[in-house]
Amino acid sequence: MLRAAVALLIVILLGMAFHADGAFYKVGTHRDALRQASVYGILACGMTLVIVTGGIDLAVGSIVGFTAVCFSMMTIWWSWPWWISVPSALAIGAACGAVSGALVVWPRLQPFIATLAMMVFARGMAKTVSGGVKVSTALPTGDGTFRYVQVPELFRTIDSRILFGNLSMVTVVFLAIAAAAGVLLARHIWGRDLYAIGGNEEAARLSGLAVRRSKLLAYVACGLCAAVAGICQAAQEQQGDPEAGGGYELTAIAIVVIGGTNLMGGRGHMGLTLLGTITIGYLEKILSINAVPEAGRLMLTGVILVAAVLTQRRRRF
Amino acid sequence: MRRISKRFGATQVLRQVDLDVFAGEVHLLAGENGAGKSTLMKILAGTLTADAGVVEGSADVAVIYQELSLIPTMTVADNLFLGRMPATWGFVSMSEMARRSRELIDVDPYAHVGTLPIGARQRVEIAKAVSRNARVIVMDEPTSALTALEAAELFALIGALKSRGCGIVYITHKMEETEQIADRVTVLRDGQVVASCAAAELKRAELIRLMVGREVSEQFPLRQPVLGEERVRFPEFSVRAGEIVGLAGLRGAGASELLMSLFAAPRKAIAQGVAMLTSDRKTTGLVLSMSVTANCLMAGRRPVWRRPERERAEARGLADLLRLRAASLEMEARELSGGNQQKVALAKWIRTRPSLLLLDEPTRGIDVGAKQEIYQLMNEWSRQGMAILLISSELPELLALSDKVVVMRGGKVSAVLSKEESTPERVMEAAC
Ligand SMILES: Nc1ncnc2c1ncn2[C@@H]1O[C@H](COP(=O)(O)OP(=O)(O)OP(=O)(O)O)[C@@H](O)[C@H]1O
Ligand SMILES: [Mg+2]
Repeated sequence: MLRAAVALLIVILLGMAFHADGAFYKVGTHRDALRQASVYGILACGMTLVIVTGGIDLAVGSIVGFTAVCFSMMTIWWSWPWWISVPSALAIGAACGAVSGALVVWPRLQPFIATLAMMVFARGMAKTVSGGVKVSTALPTGDGTFRYVQVPELFRTIDSRILFGNLSMVTVVFLAIAAAAGVLLARHIWGRDLYAIGGNEEAARLSGLAVRRSKLLAYVACGLCAAVAGICQAAQEQQGDPEAGGGYELTAIAIVVIGGTNLMGGRGHMGLTLLGTITIGYLEKILSINAVPEAGRLMLTGVILVAAVLTQRRRRF
Repeated sequence: MRRISKRFGATQVLRQVDLDVFAGEVHLLAGENGAGKSTLMKILAGTLTADAGVVEGSADVAVIYQELSLIPTMTVADNLFLGRMPATWGFVSMSEMARRSRELIDVDPYAHVGTLPIGARQRVEIAKAVSRNARVIVMDEPTSALTALEAAELFALIGALKSRGCGIVYITHKMEETEQIADRVTVLRDGQVVASCAAAELKRAELIRLMVGREVSEQFPLRQPVLGEERVRFPEFSVRAGEIVGLAGLRGAGASELLMSLFAAPRKAIAQGVAMLTSDRKTTGLVLSMSVTANCLMAGRRPVWRRPERERAEARGLADLLRLRAASLEMEARELSGGNQQKVALAKWIRTRPSLLLLDEPTRGIDVGAKQEIYQLMNEWSRQGMAILLISSELPELLALSDKVVVMRGGKVSAVLSKEESTPERVMEAAC
């Protein structure tokens, strides 16, 4: 916990050093840093659950794309009300997670392989369902022209801000999910079982834990988080891009790791992921307000990832 | 070693410990669970560094670790020659390695270590340390997973090593071994040396008193079993409520497998009141990365929402019952001493209040004092109507505790002996 906080502190100090003529001190900068990090953060919450079991979920980025497309179609094309479209999109994400989880649990595929397959598959689904085009408010008419419709109210609501414009809804959603997942992981018997499974699966099985069910549920929860992220992503972009979420799985994993959760499983918690999310969010923001070009930004992110993980290494006796 | 001190966090594990090991002697290092024996040996071998003090003399030390240090995914031969494989131009000669492996040990050199039973793994570990031709060899409870026969082989080997001028530090909780092989004895208590002298000068009772700090009788408690209804039935024998049935036999005779067959579906078995302490606490007993509390409360009924206060109280009760020595119940199971890990593995199952308790080597690595307490507890539980099936490679323990001894050979039951019939001779006869 302390070390994750140190990483965040360093990033904030970095921001103060390179404040880009005071841009770092504006409220808007912080709000936007959090807003942009929130989608990643939501993914990282689900990812934490899976990583605690000693697994990994590479499919979340594709599930973001798939659910974003589906959610946009339901909302823009078919004008479904939110109380049908939101649960449907969530169910799609959960189903994807359930398939990954089932592959991990029954044929005992390695999580890396099972979710790699799901990653490719879900991306293909997104392209199939959308016909390979972005699902946006520009509806193609038959004769090659477009007809424009209004941005759905639901998208505006999800992408709105509360507290006099100081806090994005997406950030609120992220914090709520982090809190819920954190409580489940720390206090619910399921969370405790996830740690046991990640620590020593055989001992957990022999202690009579429902190893398969708990693991499966972790992947379902991860898919669910990806669906929430997909809904948010669609609302922010006001469209369902079948390519949306590409590479997000790596950012989500990076967040979990920067927080200090062990990739081998059995250790870590949601508070760390929260700190990791904020760290990554600020990092991106600082680089962007200083107008660091994309190429340099990627390189710097890589360096900082390694540095953060090195500072967090547990001291071994 | 001179004035060695070591602390982990807030706990001082070793205080100004002196230890001399001479060529050609077996130096017994005795002490309770958690006294600091393994820690001292890790400092001697250089895998841990002391906070204060010096290690003088040769750094040429090989260690047979208590918590085995083999690589489970590699073969026996790979493990034996790790870091010094016979090679030409960097290419490993597999056949040469296999040949030399066969000279050292009669285990298939191409078998993966992870697939071997714990006794065979222990022998690989011994062969690995011995084959390094080190001047000093540390043996941290080498016989805890060996049968009497294999232990005798080890003692012969120790004799040969001694005459070669090798110094040996030997750690054990099996009291009969102490007289058999020790030349000198050093006793540790709470990380301090309380005695160091020639083995002949120290009587067994005195040694135990020095280790534990109080009188402990080595007598087994008397049993007056009150048998109830039948709890499990096999074709050849049955186990009844209030009865302790001992399973004897050489390794590979199928005793462990027999227990496992009663626990093939753990969830169902636990729901029916069966509990099983497995033989290998590290790989199948504990989640080493979790706290002592979490491990104690892992099995059986648990509330859906955790209540840390109540959990702590419950774990504290179990820890007191088994006299667990831990700096805190929040520390990771990994950080406990070997014997204390065993107690946690046992505590987990006691909590489920089973009606049938399966124990595979319950006192493995447990010190004399705590062994007595576990015997008392087993007696107490069986008085309350628990049925117990027990495997122990220590024959005296097995015979004294059991109301009936079932001897196995080649996967089958070869004899069922009543209390009166079960003498060491008859058991060995039926087993071989
Ligand atoms: N990595 C660690 N972190 C914290 N405490 C530790 C660590 N390793 C050992 N200890 C503590 O040091 C003490 C001594 O442990 P050690 O393993 O040396 O005992 P031991 O004498 O070998 O006992 P046993 O007979 O049970 O094997 C124990 O109380 C243990 O909890
Ligand atoms: Mg030890």
